[in-house]
Amino acid sequence: MHRRIFLSLLSVAGLAALLDAGDGQAASTPPSDKYPDAFGVLHDSARCIGCRKCEAGCRARHADLLPEPDKPFDDLSVLEKKRRTDYRCYTVVNKYTVKGRETPVFRKIQCNHCLEPACVSACFVKALTKTEQGPVVYNPGLCVGCRYCMVACPFYIPAYDYGGVLNPLVYKCDMCAPFIAKGELPACVESCPKEALNFGKRNDLLRLARERMRTHPARYVPHIYGEKEAGGTSWLYIAPTAHTALGQQELGASPLPQRSAGIMEAACMTAGIAPVLLGGAYLVRRRRDEIAASEREAAVKEAVDNAAAETAAKLKTAAEEAAKDKETAIAREVKKAREETLGEIQAQTAAAGDSGGNASEAKTEEDAR
Amino acid sequence: MNFKLLSADTLKAYVKDYKVTLKAYVKDHKVISAILFVGLGLTMLRFTLGIAGVSNLDDNTPWGFWMSFDLLCGVALSAGGCAVAAAYHVFGIRHFGPQVRAALATAFLGYFFEVVALQYEVGQPWRLVYPLFWSPGTRSALFLVGLCVFLYLIVLFIELLPALFEYLGMRTRRTAAVHWSVHLAVAGAVIAIIHQSALGSLYLIAQPKVHPLWYSDFMPVLFLISSIFAGLCMVIIEGILAHKYLKKYMDEQHIKNADKVVLSCGNAVFLLMISYLFIRIVNLIADDNIQYLTTGYGMWFLVEIIGFVALPVFLLFIGTREKRIRLVKISAIITVLGVMLNRFNVSIIAFNYNLPPDERYSPSWMEIFISVFLVTLLLLAYRLMCAKMPILKEHDDYTG
Repeated sequence: MHRRIFLSLLSVAGLAALLDAGDGQAASTPPSDKYPDAFGVLHDSARCIGCRKCEAGCRARHADLLPEPDKPFDDLSVLEKKRRTDYRCYTVVNKYTVKGRETPVFRKIQCNHCLEPACVSACFVKALTKTEQGPVVYNPGLCVGCRYCMVACPFYIPAYDYGGVLNPLVYKCDMCAPFIAKGELPACVESCPKEALNFGKRNDLLRLARERMRTHPARYVPHIYGEKEAGGTSWLYIAPTAHTALGQQELGASPLPQRSAGIMEAACMTAGIAPVLLGGAYLVRRRRDEIAASEREAAVKEAVDNAAAETAAKLKTAAEEAAKDKETAIAREVKKAREETLGEIQAQTAAAGDSGGNASEAKTEEDAR
Repeated sequence: MNFKLLSADTLKAYVKDYKVTLKAYVKDHKVISAILFVGLGLTMLRFTLGIAGVSNLDDNTPWGFWMSFDLLCGVALSAGGCAVAAAYHVFGIRHFGPQVRAALATAFLGYFFEVVALQYEVGQPWRLVYPLFWSPGTRSALFLVGLCVFLYLIVLFIELLPALFEYLGMRTRRTAAVHWSVHLAVAGAVIAIIHQSALGSLYLIAQPKVHPLWYSDFMPVLFLISSIFAGLCMVIIEGILAHKYLKKYMDEQHIKNADKVVLSCGNAVFLLMISYLFIRIVNLIADDNIQYLTTGYGMWFLVEIIGFVALPVFLLFIGTREKRIRLVKISAIITVLGVMLNRFNVSIIAFNYNLPPDERYSPSWMEIFISVFLVTLLLLAYRLMCAKMPILKEHDDYTG
């Protein structure tokens, strides 16, 4: 019975790993080679004027999900405050005043559609998937609302409808995946009046970005944010100022899912090895207990035997001693009797001595002997 | 089944009885009643207004007080169950015998109420079965955590079956259940090992958001080791509390062995904490994090390491050497607080350290109160269990 429990425990963990073996292996290939034809968008902060047309276009296309904003999209006063994506908007534009520059710099914020998305790897119900075309898409029918994707995302993108009761969901940009599939542009790219947003294959966009940097070296810092960050993202950014000044955190080049990639394997190894070690420890302990018990038994037996032998020996000595005592007692009695007799005789002799003299004394001594 | 129970008159009488009992209970237990009352109210708020109705959680901080306290702390402190069961059944440390059931019962309730807490925490709790049975995201650390909670809860329940069967007077079933003790202890220990380290791996993927002083590639190992000693310290603390409040449910054997158990736990905790301290210091040096020690976060890190790890190690050194039970107990309390502090540091204080203060999270009183409410329920359940079932004593029929 117990063996069956163990096996079933092991197989649950093992099966779970097998189910996802494909994805696990894919993690080891270089991210940019995984989907070489995937699409992306290039955002050029040097061209962006902060008009919020992209926000309006996004809202218009997702009108079924996203509500009307509190302030209209042509109200640019909202730019004065730092904003982030939330459950009512997939994208926002922020204004950054940078030291040494007269004009402010704008940056558009939305899901970066990582090549190795942390959110996808974090989701324990596979509600998020990275598609071959580039977008990271969300399946609202599966989402449990654990919000681990939000914890995992290094760009603070997925948002949650905390006020929802019956069907609260995660909200994030889907790069207009259904429209891309039909050959259309993402809404934000379509509505940008300044061509600050370019849509295309990611590799072409990288070339385009480098081209712009080469032709206008003074307009750009020589860094494409998203080329390598966190393993690379489908969205790319070039800017006239350091990306850290635009609220873009410096990130290492290693994809974040790699950090916890081995845990399922490690768990299976533990499930395989630990029972053996613990079971071994138990068996060693039981054997030791058995040996101790048998030793104790032997010791008890020996003790009993010893006790018996000792008692016999004691009895024997006691008997011997008793015999000896008896003998000494007899000897003592004899001696005592003799001394008594001797005393009497001496007394008699003393009495006789007054009349008899030396000769009779000698005679009495001889008698006593 | 007595169908008379359902007649209107009897029902009325029952309700009347119930009202009287309830009134008497409220009069005798004012604090508990207040907590339960407010807790129930907040529960209703949570399920009518959503998570936003009772918490300060936001898009930047999706996991807050509940996650830190209910899951990270709760599970770490529940590790005592499998540790004591393994110590007794596998390693044969005899004097743990009377403690096994108490430790298993608290662990079971700890996990059970952790699952209850999840109903508040996740957005759609009715979908919690999806990751297990419908669409498992096996690359997720959270999947592993969920799987382990599920399996461990089952194992703990089976491990407690002997006590249940004794209570119900089912002799043959009890004998059969006792037969599995060792296997279950091994299974429980294995699942717990995986589970505790999986909790540590939750934050690996969020590396850019966790302050370098608390982020470590060895977090799974650190969480595992610290959970074992936290669990053992909880055995000591539960002992202190139980001796104060539940002594009437204990038998001679349980009371007699208490000091021995404290010392054994103290010894184990001492060794484990040295290893933990060692790894954390090596980590600090290897990850080149000494530069941060002079910052505010560095000071806080030192408070955790010196005040809540090094200090109890030192106290335990003296306490276990000189067999000073009181000192060991004090160190156990400091240690548990230290492990809780560590979990809060990783998941709240060092989390999102990059964000400006006004975008950071601090828990609302309602979040904290819901956790207090759940802990109160746990304690009441434990008290009920001890009163009804042979947990702190041997059943009269099975003594010896």
